[in-house]
Amino acid sequence: MRRTSRLTASVAVAALVTSQVAMAQEAQKEIGAGEGEVAIVAWAGYIERGETDKAYDWVTDFEKNTGCKVTVKTAGTSDEMVALMNEGGFDLVTASGDASLRLIAGKTVQPINTDLIPSWSKVDDRLKTAPWHTVNDVHYGVPYQWGANVLMYNTEAFKEAPTSWNVVFEETTLSDGKSNKGRVQAFDGPIYIADAALYLMTHQPDLGIKDPYELNADQYKAALDLLRQQRKIVHRYWHDAFVQIDDFTNEGVVASSSWPFQVNLLKSQTKPIASVVPKEGATGWADTTMMHADAPHPNCAYMWMEHSLNPKLQGDLAAWFGSVPANLEACKGNELLGDEGCKTNGLDNFDKIHFWRTPVAKCASQEAGCVPYYKWVTDYIAVIGGR
Amino acid sequence: MTATTATSPPRTRTSLRGRVSDLLASRPKLLALVLVLPPLLWLGLVYIGSLLALLLQSFYSIDEFTGLVVPEFGLSSYRELLAPANMDIIVRTVTMAALVTLASGVLAFPIAYYAARYAKGRTKAAFYLLIMLPLWSSYLVRVYAWKLILAKEGVLTWAAEETGTLPLLDGILGLPVIGGPSLSVSYIGTFIVFVYLWIPYMILPIQAALERVPRSYLEASADLGARPAETFRTVVLPLAMPGVVAGSIFTFSLTLGDYIAPQIVGPSTYFLGQVVYVQQGTAGNIPLAAAFSVVPIAIMAVYLTVAKRMGAFDAL
Repeated sequence: MRRTSRLTASVAVAALVTSQVAMAQEAQKEIGAGEGEVAIVAWAGYIERGETDKAYDWVTDFEKNTGCKVTVKTAGTSDEMVALMNEGGFDLVTASGDASLRLIAGKTVQPINTDLIPSWSKVDDRLKTAPWHTVNDVHYGVPYQWGANVLMYNTEAFKEAPTSWNVVFEETTLSDGKSNKGRVQAFDGPIYIADAALYLMTHQPDLGIKDPYELNADQYKAALDLLRQQRKIVHRYWHDAFVQIDDFTNEGVVASSSWPFQVNLLKSQTKPIASVVPKEGATGWADTTMMHADAPHPNCAYMWMEHSLNPKLQGDLAAWFGSVPANLEACKGNELLGDEGCKTNGLDNFDKIHFWRTPVAKCASQEAGCVPYYKWVTDYIAVIGGR
Repeated sequence: MTATTATSPPRTRTSLRGRVSDLLASRPKLLALVLVLPPLLWLGLVYIGSLLALLLQSFYSIDEFTGLVVPEFGLSSYRELLAPANMDIIVRTVTMAALVTLASGVLAFPIAYYAARYAKGRTKAAFYLLIMLPLWSSYLVRVYAWKLILAKEGVLTWAAEETGTLPLLDGILGLPVIGGPSLSVSYIGTFIVFVYLWIPYMILPIQAALERVPRSYLEASADLGARPAETFRTVVLPLAMPGVVAGSIFTFSLTLGDYIAPQIVGPSTYFLGQVVYVQQGTAGNIPLAAAFSVVPIAIMAVYLTVAKRMGAFDAL
């Protein structure tokens, strides 16, 4: 057994070395004629061709102008995206921060020549060299959209906007005179442990948490303790955006971490709902359009990346998804988004957001190593189960 | 003409088709094998094969440091299965499955009895229709509908308010463990939804079993002086038991494996299916997910062995 494993290991190392040599890939130098097709792995709702709602269509014109037919494979989780990209056959992927670095490390995606993308100059400066797509000053993609996990609350239960996440973490009496017990929700994903860690960064500075995604054993334990405390007041751990919308409508839930998507939808139904990024800050996501190392249609892929940054698409998508555009020109004069849309979706919150990353054992801020993600999963299940 | 061909000795054929045909005709077992081979391959490779792959994975472990799967044999995932939090999940799921099965049995029996013994003609057709009707609409739609019915501001609470039984409802929700802030976020809610979802699978086998109980048995029992209750206990129930057990296989295994209903209605605590989904999907901890999925297989193996002893498969 031992011998075999050592053999396997050496073979693996050899393969790794060769692949590293072979894959020292250079970015494309020029864009040729389109190949007539581009295949994209994307989140549901990210690439709309007017099939769900006629007003939301940013594919048809692209196909007409470039002759590149767009095929979309939707993925539900970051892991699914990574798996699909590893399988191959796709040109592009709209990867979130947790998937993007894995894709770069796995050499599944290739560097991008930003000179070939004229709209690159219009990308929000705060995103241009973001660490989730830029490694050693090499860009591995084009920013697409981002957003925050905001604190959504019911304005009837809160006379004034809550300023802290404590309304979902600790039992208190709300301004309507009733306890928050059984009236708040938490996210049903292990990554929510980072939200607890973020809260502790402000409220227990002695722990010395520098980054909510890089926790040592003690910090991690403190976060879990906070979550166990929270379990007692949580109504439901939400998972499905529409279930949460229903809970705020029919279940008397008054506060929860949420996405701008639910906030906008509930507001559009004239429900007494508002959202805020509290003083502790918030967690969030930022997505990047990345190109496969062996993209079968590189020219069309470059054309799409250019197209993906145009203000019309960026604005329409932001209105559709409740996210913030990577091209800020989209914030003015977009019919669907409105002039206040970017602000509503959280444009000014950028500095308060700790963007989502997969926790790994080998981390920058902790010498002794961090608690890896698979551990987060097991423990969060236990917390929800009341352990 | 035909008689002479039939009695004449078989000629030796020279064409390939002819020879194959002769071979198959003379060896019925070979013919059966040829016919059975494709489905057998399908079952063997796709079904058993994937099960074995799963079983194999469950003996691997995950590297504590890198989070990568280590393909070396060991029992660490099974050890992890015994951790209190994971045992909770197993106990929770099995208890729920057992209770749902029990309740479905109790509710389904009178319905099946009526359908088998009393309903005739159009009524019978209507009965079948009513039992099957829920199965025509999407599972998800039905679960979401129940979420609305059970919501704090839903129909049930409203009805309780109107009838003045709100204190009763609050009392039920105040119960430890099974209660909660509202029906749709309590175990009671999950239980109701499961019973609703799987009860057709209980009614149909029971009805089939009951229909095979000859009326003359009941008459004979009555003639011999048994009271109706006695007849039911000593004649009808034992004869219908295989149907009940067959139905319980459905309700039990379906509850054991469901991972969607408890996500929509219930207190957010995990059931077996959900853990498998989360462990393999988002955590990448395939060994533990595999170990978890071996649990229902083991439980069902025991269950089916017992069910077979009770003659459940005679009623299918």
